[in-house]
Amino acid sequence: MDIQVIIDNLPLYFRGLWTTILLVVSSLGIGLCLAIPIALLATAKKKWISFLPKAYIYFFRGTPLLVQMFMIYHGMGQFELVHESFLWTIFKEAYACALIAFALNTAGYTGEILRGTIEQTPFGEIEAAKACGMSVPMVYRRILLPSTFRRALPAYGNEVIFMLHGSALAGVITIVDLFGAAKIVNSRNFVPFESFITAGLFYLCLTFLIVWGFKRVEHHFHAYLRPREN
Amino acid sequence: MPEVIAYLPLILKGMLLTVEVALLSLIISVFLGMLGAVAKLSNSRIAGGLAGLYTTIIRGIPDLVLMTILFFGGQILVNNIGEKMGWEYIDVSPFMAGVLTIGFIFGAYMTESFRGGILAVSHGEIEAGYAFGMNPVQVFVRITLPAMVRHALPSFGNNWLVLTKTTALISVIGLQDMVYNAGLAGGSTRKPFTFFCVVAFLFLIITGVSDFGLRRINKRYSVGVRKA
Repeated sequence: MDIQVIIDNLPLYFRGLWTTILLVVSSLGIGLCLAIPIALLATAKKKWISFLPKAYIYFFRGTPLLVQMFMIYHGMGQFELVHESFLWTIFKEAYACALIAFALNTAGYTGEILRGTIEQTPFGEIEAAKACGMSVPMVYRRILLPSTFRRALPAYGNEVIFMLHGSALAGVITIVDLFGAAKIVNSRNFVPFESFITAGLFYLCLTFLIVWGFKRVEHHFHAYLRPREN
Repeated sequence: MPEVIAYLPLILKGMLLTVEVALLSLIISVFLGMLGAVAKLSNSRIAGGLAGLYTTIIRGIPDLVLMTILFFGGQILVNNIGEKMGWEYIDVSPFMAGVLTIGFIFGAYMTESFRGGILAVSHGEIEAGYAFGMNPVQVFVRITLPAMVRHALPSFGNNWLVLTKTTALISVIGLQDMVYNAGLAGGSTRKPFTFFCVVAFLFLIITGVSDFGLRRINKRYSVGVRKA
């Protein structure tokens, strides 16, 4: 074990850590914003409305993230329309491509989580809201969505961890995230064990942090489910 | 379109490798999962602790990182051991590294599925087994194992679907699976999007077929269950 190499390269790892965090947080944010309309449309009763969002969810959950990322990073240059227009300034950047792929992917998974939870909303909640005279948008805003988010929390926690793990793929397309940093350290010094295990430890810490964070959030939002303390 | 037909045999050859890796690593993961589940449920503190450490670490580190650790590091490890033992040079092939890592990773997920399945087996059935004078091994093989399948099947199926998608990562360590071959074909025809679409479609086929198969198995194992 050559610890000195790792210590010398710690700044590189921390830069990678920052990139990973930024990438994960922003793709989760964009993904969540996309997932809400997707989930709402997927639960629509009319088939022609729910078809497209369901197909979207099926595609993004049924194919590997790596393939999705390659489709965007390597694939987009194939189209003249993209190549010749301002779009190329976006799609030639590895970082933007990874961000788009991750956001679309997590939108698919989160959409499915939300769809499932929306469909399991107890009918009584909606009925009560209607009986109180709320309009449809108000029911969504005050009752349906808050109740859905609350019940989707545990599954969403898993999705966040999944996204963190998936974000290591960014290192494959030249981005210096945690995995990319480990790759650089390995290729400069040929210390595969030390370099990748260090990255692994960073990921492990991040995972624990997310698990802990979600436990706290759930503790807060699931307060009504806790047994009473006497 | 003519390019796709020209390169289809290459892609399909890659698909065969993908399926091969997926099935082999499934076998390893089921074996490890069974071992882990039994260890977690056993009374032994050491076995339970080891299994707990295994599942926590595996589920906390990205599969890509684990794969590179095993692929690059495994070679050095084998070299070092080989030097001391005086073996000939052993090459850790990407195929072996891929299968072993994916099997090792999903063993952790299978541990959780199987543990849940075993816990869901009603206690009365196991007790009845003991009452007939079976020893613990007999009870496990004859009663617990067949009865847990139904409970473990949904999450087992889920793991299998995730596993097949994870096999795409082996292209990163240089194995010529369908993602790798699609990259080659896309590079030489300058139509990467088309070929990655083909691969995505093939993955959807694998997922669809497994979904169908899993539903059949589920039906078979739920024969004795009454539905409301």
